[in-house]
Amino acid sequence: MRVTIVGAGPAGLYLGILLAKAEQPHEITVLERNPADATFGWGVVFSEETLGSLRDADYASYLEITDTFARWDAIDISYRDTVLRSRGHAFSAIARKRLLAILQRRAAELGVKQRFDVEVDDIGALCADTDLMVGADGVHSVVRQAADGTFRPTSTPQGGTYIWYGTDLVFDAFRFVFAESEHGLFQVHGYPFDEHASTFIVECPEPTWRKAGLDQMSETDSIAFCERLFADELNGHRLLSNKSAWLRFPLLRNRSWHARITDTPVALLGDAAHTAHFTIGSGTKLAMEDAIALAAAFVRHGSDSTAAIDAALVQYERERKPVVERFQQAATDSAEYFARVNQHTHLAPPQFAFNLLTRSGRISHANLAQRDADFVRAVDVWFAAGHAVAPPPAFTPLTLRGLRLTNRMVGTAPGDAGLVLTPLTAVTPGGQVSPGSPTLCADADVARLRAAVAECGALGVLLGHAGRKGATRNRERGVDIPLPDAGAWPLLAPSPLPFGPVSQTPKAMDADDLAEVTDAFVAAAVRATEAGCGLVMIDCGHGYLLASFLSPLTNHRDDEYGGTLDGRLRFPLGVVRAVRAALPDDVPLGVRLTVTDWARGGLTAEDGVTAASAFAEAGVDLVHVVAGQTVAEGTPEYRRGYLNTLSDQVRNGARVPTLVDGHLTTVDEINTVLAAGRADLCVAEFLDQPAVRSAA
Amino acid sequence: MEIGVGLPNTTPGATGALLTEWARRADTGPFGSLAVLDRLAYDSIEPFAALAAAAAVTDRIRLATMIAIGPLRSAALLAKQAESVHRLADGRFTLGLGIGARRDDYTASGTDHRRRGALLSEQLARLRGDDYPGEILVGGSSGPAYARMARYGDGYAHGGGPPRAFASAATRAHAAWRDLGRPGRPRQWGQGYFALGDDDTARAGGDYLRDYYAFTGPFAETIASANLTSGRAIKDFVRGYAAEGCEMLVLLPTVSDVDQIDRLAEVIG
Repeated sequence: MRVTIVGAGPAGLYLGILLAKAEQPHEITVLERNPADATFGWGVVFSEETLGSLRDADYASYLEITDTFARWDAIDISYRDTVLRSRGHAFSAIARKRLLAILQRRAAELGVKQRFDVEVDDIGALCADTDLMVGADGVHSVVRQAADGTFRPTSTPQGGTYIWYGTDLVFDAFRFVFAESEHGLFQVHGYPFDEHASTFIVECPEPTWRKAGLDQMSETDSIAFCERLFADELNGHRLLSNKSAWLRFPLLRNRSWHARITDTPVALLGDAAHTAHFTIGSGTKLAMEDAIALAAAFVRHGSDSTAAIDAALVQYERERKPVVERFQQAATDSAEYFARVNQHTHLAPPQFAFNLLTRSGRISHANLAQRDADFVRAVDVWFAAGHAVAPPPAFTPLTLRGLRLTNRMVGTAPGDAGLVLTPLTAVTPGGQVSPGSPTLCADADVARLRAAVAECGALGVLLGHAGRKGATRNRERGVDIPLPDAGAWPLLAPSPLPFGPVSQTPKAMDADDLAEVTDAFVAAAVRATEAGCGLVMIDCGHGYLLASFLSPLTNHRDDEYGGTLDGRLRFPLGVVRAVRAALPDDVPLGVRLTVTDWARGGLTAEDGVTAASAFAEAGVDLVHVVAGQTVAEGTPEYRRGYLNTLSDQVRNGARVPTLVDGHLTTVDEINTVLAAGRADLCVAEFLDQPAVRSAA
Repeated sequence: MEIGVGLPNTTPGATGALLTEWARRADTGPFGSLAVLDRLAYDSIEPFAALAAAAAVTDRIRLATMIAIGPLRSAALLAKQAESVHRLADGRFTLGLGIGARRDDYTASGTDHRRRGALLSEQLARLRGDDYPGEILVGGSSGPAYARMARYGDGYAHGGGPPRAFASAATRAHAAWRDLGRPGRPRQWGQGYFALGDDDTARAGGDYLRDYYAFTGPFAETIASANLTSGRAIKDFVRGYAAEGCEMLVLLPTVSDVDQIDRLAEVIG
């Protein structure tokens, strides 16, 4: 078939090479807007796994590429006057210019026509003369634009503002550098790519970039600024610009990776099809793997008919899209980490480094221990406050005031959990979620709780009031389903807004109601300490009463308990202060807090951090981070560890210990969360489940 | 894991005679369920009507919508239809609900497409509030859909794809189930398309899928290419789903030919 490839970057050239090697020879033309020797960017990174793919796909170019590689196995983290080294991360890098030269030569040797300095504007006309059109022309792809109704691209800026420099300083490892300036924190992602030079990417949050005046600076002033900021690291070496400019990274996705222009099948490759934030260094790798997958799809389906070409393109997309989406998720997590890393500057170097290395969710405590056992041991020892024989973080004790927990795992039943937490326990009978919900408002309740304490050891009681989400049926067949009228009781809420279309309209609380509920919380907390509970947790989560004061979606009051976040916080804070005042000094107080409503117009994570700070100031020792459920139609994003980032934001933004839930299903996940300082305690789902699944 | 089979209510040229004969054979075959699809603006037999017919000629097999597009009906009519099939089938009915994927179905029914999620939640709240007696599954792949499933459903109806796509959806469904404080685990149903026979049969199946999913643009090709057209492909698919914890895997026909169910029974029997 006749193949026209627009864009002579690594993806386009590599596809040309692989197709030219096919048994059934193709007529391949690569068109490039720039001259053959022009290139932007400095070095590109490959992992060991990628090298294996390149070796299998084209041995000749693999040999040449690996001949000139810079290789390293360490990541250095320069932070607060220390440099921590983590080993076992095998990577290689090559100058982008050198890589392109190798690929150009190899393509020429295989008979691929390469035309440089060609401005491609009429894609339709090019399509008329070819059997397959490939857009390998980067993030601003001209080919993609010619059929964007089918490709349906979306582009969202991610992470901070960054600039791609080179330097004549040759690093001996991948190197992260964090430097505090008067305007905020800057970081460098640096790695060597040959024996003369390294890539040196500078990044900071956009507000920091503006404060520093970098938006107004010339190219040379920018360089001077960065050279000054990183003078200690550069040690007299220079930063080199290659038309370098400050950018925001666009996360690009396409609904489809193939289309037709007139009748010609068109495929997108590499950055034209997808991007992944540079902080996971996978752009070139993904692009070249795309080329390998597309070439392999033609081997499988052939190319002698339009139907065969279509089948190959479908297979290519089916194979690559899930892989790319996983990288994009990891890259998004990584980009967001660097955008808020300035919240982490209070973390001790071992924890800071561990958080950095596990930022994208691809490396866990166990993975890292395999790569570098000494590094993880040092982190564990630091976590265990210097004990030379340190258990994994999940098994490290924690003390909150007078409560000593033997491990960091929280469950709902007696057994191995360091802390057992009760279900929502109502402070008044009218505050029950369902008729069967536990209460703590009578002497009989105290006796029941005392029995539970005897069984569990460390028991935390979650005290709350259901508010407008009360008088519902038990959870067997659904949640928030109102009781039939006959069995229901009147509900209280900040504002008379029913939860759902068939829910009861609650009564807006007046001053007497507020006082009664506050007193009930205090009385219940006192009963909890009588029963021997080690921890009292006040519920301000999931849309129940206190949480519904906090959220603008459910609190429409125009008195001092509504309006601004301060006003909406007033009642929950009052309850917390009153309870704190009534508790003995050695009993810690927690709050279960919805830190974002996950709903339009609702509480945001920033609001959640502000609320958590206010609670911490009021004497709260632990924030149990939850999210959503304020209104029936929210937009949660469920996955493993889906609350980890929010917990990180609260813990490190409000500087308060946190307990996180969010579907943590293994001890390894919990070790990772704890060692990284994303939380101090974790709900361990598996404690409530049988360990062995039967084979039937 | 049980294997279910689709009733061909949306494949070209399906007749009452085909549906009832198909249902009889499903009832005596190695199948745990018999499921229908739902489309308004597409040549097809209405799902609750099709299941009513199937209920009349079956004794054992569980009937299911996989899924029905709830908001195309009013909440009261949906409840009436579901309760009717539930009674006609003597309780052998699983109501799978979702919002569907096609705007033209909403236009045809005069329903506000922008409110589809909220409408489905309202319908589910009413079904639960009125003590609808049967099993309810909820489909969809967005965060709100998983939350809706966990708030109102008994389980999750996956929309199709390779086993690893099912696995990723099942993880999210479990997370939502935990988040909403539901006891135990959600029921988990999956689905896939098949066409068994010669090349013409495979081609006809592919043509149907391309037509049925034409509204997705080039993605229709991807769905057509995933059609299971050999015994080996079906066995691999079944094994993959079983390994990921699926409890009921419904294999949906793409050709209106009663031989298809016999061929499928042979492969999985």
